[in-house]
Amino acid sequence: MEFKFDEKEEAFCQEVESFLKSALPSDWAEKNITWPGGYGSLGFLGDDALEILARYRKMLIEKGWNTISWPKEYGGREYTYVEQAIFDERTSYFRAPNIDVIAGGMVAPTILRVGTEAQKKKWIPRIAAGEITMWLGYSEPNAGSDLAAIQTTAVQDGDEYVINGQKVWSSMAQTSDYAWLIVRTDPTAPRHKSASFFLVETKSPGITIRPLQTILGNYHYNEVFFDNVRVPAENLVGEKNHGFYHLMTALDFERVILVGIGGFKRVFEELVAQVKQTKRDGVLLSKNQSVRHKLARIATEIEAGYMLVWRTAEMLDRGLSPSVESSALKLVATELSRKMAEVAMDIFGPYSLIEEDTGFTPFRGLAPRGYLDCISATIGAGTSEIQRNIIAYRGLGLPRA
Amino acid sequence: MNLDFSEEQRILRKSAKDFFTRESPELLIRDMRKHETGHDVELWKKMADLGWLGVIIPEEYGGTGGTFMFLAVILEAMGEACLPGPFFSTAVLGANAILLAGTEEQKKTLLPQIAEGKQVFALALSDPGNGNVYNKTKTLAKQNGSEYVIDGEKHFVENALVADKIICLAQVEDKNGRKRGLTLFLVDSKTPGLEIRPFQTLAYERHCQVVFHGLRLGEKAVLGKTGKAGPALEALLERAAVAKCAEMLGAAHVAFDTTVAYAKERVQFGRPIGSFQAVQHHLANMAVDVDCMKYLTYQAAWRISEGLPAGKEAAMAKAYAGEAAARVTRFSHQVHGAIAFCDEHNMHFYYRKVRAAGLTFGDSEYHLEKVARSLGL
Repeated sequence: MEFKFDEKEEAFCQEVESFLKSALPSDWAEKNITWPGGYGSLGFLGDDALEILARYRKMLIEKGWNTISWPKEYGGREYTYVEQAIFDERTSYFRAPNIDVIAGGMVAPTILRVGTEAQKKKWIPRIAAGEITMWLGYSEPNAGSDLAAIQTTAVQDGDEYVINGQKVWSSMAQTSDYAWLIVRTDPTAPRHKSASFFLVETKSPGITIRPLQTILGNYHYNEVFFDNVRVPAENLVGEKNHGFYHLMTALDFERVILVGIGGFKRVFEELVAQVKQTKRDGVLLSKNQSVRHKLARIATEIEAGYMLVWRTAEMLDRGLSPSVESSALKLVATELSRKMAEVAMDIFGPYSLIEEDTGFTPFRGLAPRGYLDCISATIGAGTSEIQRNIIAYRGLGLPRA
Repeated sequence: MNLDFSEEQRILRKSAKDFFTRESPELLIRDMRKHETGHDVELWKKMADLGWLGVIIPEEYGGTGGTFMFLAVILEAMGEACLPGPFFSTAVLGANAILLAGTEEQKKTLLPQIAEGKQVFALALSDPGNGNVYNKTKTLAKQNGSEYVIDGEKHFVENALVADKIICLAQVEDKNGRKRGLTLFLVDSKTPGLEIRPFQTLAYERHCQVVFHGLRLGEKAVLGKTGKAGPALEALLERAAVAKCAEMLGAAHVAFDTTVAYAKERVQFGRPIGSFQAVQHHLANMAVDVDCMKYLTYQAAWRISEGLPAGKEAAMAKAYAGEAAARVTRFSHQVHGAIAFCDEHNMHFYYRKVRAAGLTFGDSEYHLEKVARSLGL
């Protein structure tokens, strides 16, 4: 056993860290208000945020770090899963924006695995160059946790498909170039053998996007309506009617590498620092045993989360299937998002309610933001209940209900 | 990063599992709980022959020279077998106390005896009503020239009844009543003035009340140096806590595996109860608990093996494992239903074992406090 980075991993860690320091403003992390595990933070950045994001994105793509998981022959870096996990840990610790996670991190690896040569030629260089961004068209009003119940259809018409239906909870569809869309292509087949993936240009005629306001007040996800949207048949990726099988691979990947464990550590460090300088009834909160133990529990669970990150990545590197570990990781991390928010609300008492900077706002107002945002953590990318189901079926081999 | 056992550790793990399956197929504790001393001498000899009693004792002192991780591997297997007996008090507490505090001469004399299975040890730390703070012990060793006279009382001295030697923590006071500091004493269990009374406990562990009535000891009975036991004691407690985690991990793992298997075969309402989501989610939560306690424990054990500071990691492991193992066995019982409330079922041994391990060498509250301190709170 070796619970530490080897020299190569250590050097990579340093490399990522110095890149982040050069690519983001020095006060970025301390001003950033993202809550780990949550989805509600985008759109709450300062006036110069778009400029900073564009610059960071450009530098990241120049470095080739949007393609770290790809094979070398397609311009990727072919990093190990442990290295990808290090990248995710460091970037989330510095609260760096997630750039091209969908196109570069999920769609491109799927195209590389199941796409045709022509598709690889068409899409991969453009994704690598950061020319296009993507959004996920998975959930529908009647297909949330039960994704196989999707009703949006694509019907072939010559060398085109015609798409009708509706998607929902599609993050950043309003600002991204292409949909990575799963739709039903054979309505008569069994549910799991009836769907296919398409790449659909967002500005295609017939697509209407309605942004939905989250409980944090921002616009992150959308409803998207498809009314006779015509897509070239060559945009069907992978095997026709095998979409759900391709999806399982992409979802696993999302749970493993995109947990953002460093973000938990970072916000916890800030919480601890705040507790050390905040008094209640004249006594420092850090002297209060109940507060101390609440924080010690969170620290312990963050450590357990880290263990699961390394364990899962390391198993993948060795070609093993982390069936329990990857879902356990998603479950532990997102439940931690909730627990940490609850602890922050508890320990600052009524001061936890203050959202704006008053001069006496503790924890930069992160407690109420976390309290709201953590709701999304245990729901997005598979609810906690779905993770427990996966552990039960796939990990423990229990019979299905 | 590499979170897997080495080849050597894998082999040890397998041979330990095989050994306990062979030697204790029906759980030795079932018979041994009624045994007078709780010490199976035949098994003890076999474990000595396998080199397990001296697993962390360096070769120069007659041991096999393994790291702490090797000890953890054996303890995990013992937890799986719910094994009773004085292994923990001897090979973990005794051997580590001597390694950490003993003089070269003491190591040369005592450690080979442990490795060969010739001496059973017990450790006497807790005063009456003591929680986890040992530096205020009221057990006094009055120094008079080269002689010490010990008066005091210790609780939870496991295996004192079968021990050849009891290592006892006392505060030394010189003739003028000045405190000279915490000191560990090696006490021969036959020394006059020693009163040992066993009491029954939840997990059938042989805890004893030990009273020192003006016990007279010579200079040689001091383990290491007079008044200097503090740092060794701290390191010893850290190792003991992680060792308990390894036991709990093994026990919780078996309880969990048994429960998953039972959920697949037990049929109610015409289908296996493991197909009900309410049961599945209990089992999924247990899987997460077992996984988290596993890597927190291994990380702490690895740090001790490497000689790295492990205070924070050990405290996290013990705080988490104590609660997680209790949850896992509690829900193992829940899923089994009434059948495991029968004495003839084995589950209750694990339910007992993990609670006992969780409460010794620092309960979760105590270790959470240590974690809090490590955060600078």
